[in-house]
Amino acid sequence: MTSPFLQVRNMSHDFGGLRAVRDYNLEIGSGQIRGLIGPNGAGKTTVFNLITGIYKPGHGEIFLDGRKIDGLPPHRIASLGVSRTFQNLLLWRHMTVIEHVKLAHYSKIRYGLFAAFIGTPGHNREEAEIEEKAVRLLDMMGIRHLADQVVLNLPYGAQRRVEMARALATEPRILLLDEPTAGMNPEELVQIMEIIRRAHKELGLAILLIEHRMKVVMELCERIQTLDFGAVIAEGTPEEIQNNPRVIDAYLGKERAI
Amino acid sequence: MSRPAFVESAGIEPMVIFLQNLVNALQWGSFYALIALGYSMVYSILMLFNFAHGDIFMVGSYIGFGVSMGLIALASSGVVALPNWLILVLTILFSMFLTSFVGMIVERVGYRPLRDAPRASAAITGLMIGIILETGNLALLGARRVSFPSLIETTTYNVSGVFVTNKKIMIVLVSLLLALALHQFVRRTKWGMAMRAMAFDFAVVPLMGVPLNTMAALTFALGSALAAAAGILFGVAYPVLDPYMGIVFGWKAFVAAILGGRGSVMGATLAGFLLGFTEIFVAMIFPSTLRDLIAYSIILLILAIRPHGFFGEPYSARLRL
Repeated sequence: MTSPFLQVRNMSHDFGGLRAVRDYNLEIGSGQIRGLIGPNGAGKTTVFNLITGIYKPGHGEIFLDGRKIDGLPPHRIASLGVSRTFQNLLLWRHMTVIEHVKLAHYSKIRYGLFAAFIGTPGHNREEAEIEEKAVRLLDMMGIRHLADQVVLNLPYGAQRRVEMARALATEPRILLLDEPTAGMNPEELVQIMEIIRRAHKELGLAILLIEHRMKVVMELCERIQTLDFGAVIAEGTPEEIQNNPRVIDAYLGKERAI
Repeated sequence: MSRPAFVESAGIEPMVIFLQNLVNALQWGSFYALIALGYSMVYSILMLFNFAHGDIFMVGSYIGFGVSMGLIALASSGVVALPNWLILVLTILFSMFLTSFVGMIVERVGYRPLRDAPRASAAITGLMIGIILETGNLALLGARRVSFPSLIETTTYNVSGVFVTNKKIMIVLVSLLLALALHQFVRRTKWGMAMRAMAFDFAVVPLMGVPLNTMAALTFALGSALAAAAGILFGVAYPVLDPYMGIVFGWKAFVAAILGGRGSVMGATLAGFLLGFTEIFVAMIFPSTLRDLIAYSIILLILAIRPHGFFGEPYSARLRL
């Protein structure tokens, strides 16, 4: 096997006296979909925060395409091709849908202050290109008709799509999705799964997915890791995970009443 | 209520008095508006009250003084022919440029190390930086006032009894122009877009590839440049500068920034002018010793009704990861 696209080696991280992540390892090849499951507080989101540079890992190393990225500031990691969404939808509520997507192109924009002020042809061309790219993404997410709407007014499902569009607009090579189906109804659920599949197929993205709904993880992911108290307790194919007694224990507790 | 006695006795039309005060209020409000913009930007984007901002206005004014003296010397030495109006324009541009570095240094040295510290620490730092700038000026230039060179002759126009000077027109126009430029910047450029986003959520923006430190520096640079412009315009209208001139202006602009609402360029500008109007018109009716007491009681009342200011959001969306 060639070296994986994203590799995390022996990563640990403490919050005060609490070890939130313990000796965590991960390897994702380019274009793979990987699931990350585990009970609440298991450290899943912390893993995301560590990979994206919001926290600097206490121990361990993270490599992206062979390049060490732990310790880099978040905006550097983002422009190297790591993008994410958030469990609790961190959108800029008073900005429009298309502005979200355009801003996510920030690191790709080259025009300078002066050009922006006087509106040089180069600036205008770049703006037009970004606009076009943004519209294409909104199209893919099925929210093109909402482009000029302020996010605040959109239904929850549409906000999720805006967040996904924003994450994709940074032109990532790996996408970290933090519970993308949280709070969705069954209909929205099917749609968002379709969108994840398309992002994976059409853009060739690697995806790391945190998800509570087993149905989603089992259907989308090739391999799944289970985290409990910051440590990986099981790793394998969906079938293996489903039948792993340690996973069942972690979710349901040892002394089941049934 | 009967009309104030002085209006009767002076025998001037109340309408003329009103318009005259309106003109004065526009000029007075211009200073507040320009300073408030910097306060408001830093406050909304970095969630920080830069209590040194009034003193940056003072520093900008002094830098303007220095630059204009330099340019006057240059012009009188005969090296280059510089008409006075051009000296003024160059002074404004140069000083805005130089003062933006003062702002960036303040951010880098004073605030950046405290970014994750409690907000109270940052506020105290701001007050200290203010004192350092005031006393630093005192140490550097001595305890005396300097007078800003008169670069343009005052021409007074009598518009049916209302006196308007060319300086007042210029001050108001330049202020509005700068506010408009900032508005456009925030609306239309990628940096402006990033700033607006940061006002809603600080944490997510870097994940879009936006460098936080660059944005913080830029915010301070822009705010300080506007404060410098205000400082020079102030010097044109009231040509006596002293190291403590920024304190009261700073506090009042701070009030204007809050009154305008978080994250609103338009709000801060309007609130700055409103403050100017309130002060001037209160002084028109009541004894001027009561001016601030009454003016700021009115502002307090407005804030009691609209605690988030004119254009502020009902609640802050600052989320932490």
